[in-house]
Amino acid sequence: MGKTFLIYIETKDSKARKSSIEALCAARRVAGDSTAAAVVIGQCDDASSLAQYGVSAVYTVNAPSTAGFSSDLHAAAVAAAADKVKPDFIGGSATVLGRELFGRLSARLGRTAAMDCIEMKWDGGLKLVRPVYSGKALATVSFQGEAPHLFTLRPNVFPADAPAAGLSCALTPLDVSLDATKATSRVVEVLRGAAGELDVAEAQVVISGGRGMKGHENFDVLRKLVAVIPNAALGASRAAVDSGWIDHSHQVGQTGKVVSPQLYIACGISGAIQHLAGMSSSKCIVAVNKDPEAPIFKLADYGIVGDLFEVVPKLVEEFKKLLAQ
Amino acid sequence: MNIIVCLKQVFATDARIKIAPDGKTVSEEQIEWIMSPYDEFALEEALRIREAKSGKITALTLGPERCTTMLRSAFALGVDAAVHLKDPLFDNLDALAVARVLAEAIRKIPHDLVLFGKQGVGVDQGLVQSMVAELLGLPLANIVTKLSVEADKVRCLREVDGGSEWVECGLPAIVSAQKGLNDPRIANLKGIMAAKKKPIDVWNAQSLGVTADSIGASTLTHDSYVLPPPRKAGKVLQGTAEDTAQQLVSLLRNEAKII
Repeated sequence: MGKTFLIYIETKDSKARKSSIEALCAARRVAGDSTAAAVVIGQCDDASSLAQYGVSAVYTVNAPSTAGFSSDLHAAAVAAAADKVKPDFIGGSATVLGRELFGRLSARLGRTAAMDCIEMKWDGGLKLVRPVYSGKALATVSFQGEAPHLFTLRPNVFPADAPAAGLSCALTPLDVSLDATKATSRVVEVLRGAAGELDVAEAQVVISGGRGMKGHENFDVLRKLVAVIPNAALGASRAAVDSGWIDHSHQVGQTGKVVSPQLYIACGISGAIQHLAGMSSSKCIVAVNKDPEAPIFKLADYGIVGDLFEVVPKLVEEFKKLLAQ
Repeated sequence: MNIIVCLKQVFATDARIKIAPDGKTVSEEQIEWIMSPYDEFALEEALRIREAKSGKITALTLGPERCTTMLRSAFALGVDAAVHLKDPLFDNLDALAVARVLAEAIRKIPHDLVLFGKQGVGVDQGLVQSMVAELLGLPLANIVTKLSVEADKVRCLREVDGGSEWVECGLPAIVSAQKGLNDPRIANLKGIMAAKKKPIDVWNAQSLGVTADSIGASTLTHDSYVLPPPRKAGKVLQGTAEDTAQQLVSLLRNEAKII
């Protein structure tokens, strides 16, 4: 079985997304002596710098700048690219748009993608592991039938390699034309999250509040901690979201997002099974809770039994001191 | 307006997962089955659209006999018709095979709008709605938290990483529901009683006009399962708020080496 890869590079503000670079590096490592190429659709200012990650080629597809993301057009473009490049595997990142794209691509190419994988290695074939039941179990999957096979990797799980400075490569334009008028859906307005606010799924540090927050205004206590720690995002439990204290986009757990940050700080969260499913693969877990019997303490690396409204402001001071050093 | 709501029956979200002794399947013993939580938002939205615009709602599911209870719940909430795709051929299909069967059924049911939950909670692939969109050549608004139906299009607020976007799709269209779209109602006793007598249309492979060949063999298989490695409880820090905060930051730097 061959092991050439074609990785779809998603762009944001005309730059390659970090999660796409993670997928590219993961494919590059597995490919070994074989090749990993990238395909970029539309404007991408740093496309030629993808060479710094050891890609064999960067294929580009022109897209009208007005098109926005349209999963049907992008799936058609990736399928056309795959037809020319003939990779054994087509991969990408399991972002919101990546999921939609790989669904359409699966239907186009007649094979089901393995989505949101957290392990990838070569052992006589491509071995992928993906969480099921929001991470309550892990499944090993395999592909049947002919190449190409499709997969996406969970953002923030696979390390991106350090770029090899100075490398660049020529771009290979593919003769694929995208007609924006054929798009079945149209983006009419883009709304950004609050300025500088990071998504919980992409953050290295997640600081979450639960029922113990007692009200929406108290989330400012956590926002102060988010503000002092680099690459941190604000999370929440279902109890806090259902109480209307914070938007659902912050929810971590089975009906929210599943996250695997380096550090997860749970404040006033007791640890319902649905919440634990969404964060128990974090590298390090800290729990701050008044109730010493809270289930969250059973999996926390560090627990503080106390009032979060006293502890968190002290943490803000201590993190400031430490990070100023 | 004709609306199809695609429903999936899944494990209750508080289910504890047990792996069968051979490691090849997830045990279904003592599992409570529910309508996937995201499908509840899709169904509620269908009811609200019908209340505003009139029309007909068909609940559509694929699965074994147990799914009857979920279709009864959908009737209790107010759907007009229910179609149950049930056949031994439909067992253990991968996402694309499910999408092909659903797409065939959707072709046979009049529709202006097809609603899904953004994912079933369980296998968590989240692929079927975009596959069905591609198979039927329909627009898709995925992971939607606001929806308005206009004369010949829908306007949807969809979630993207780090923000959201308003997208417009001509009808017929597929929309998948995210939490936040609405607050689903609870069935009342009258609805529950009436639901018991409503007819469920059961379509098998033959009546649907699909075969093992047209569904296609699964191209992705889930071969084995393990539980994630258990985490051990760690240190509980003692002292005042200030003491514990100092200890924690020091441990994160020197022991966990995270910060």
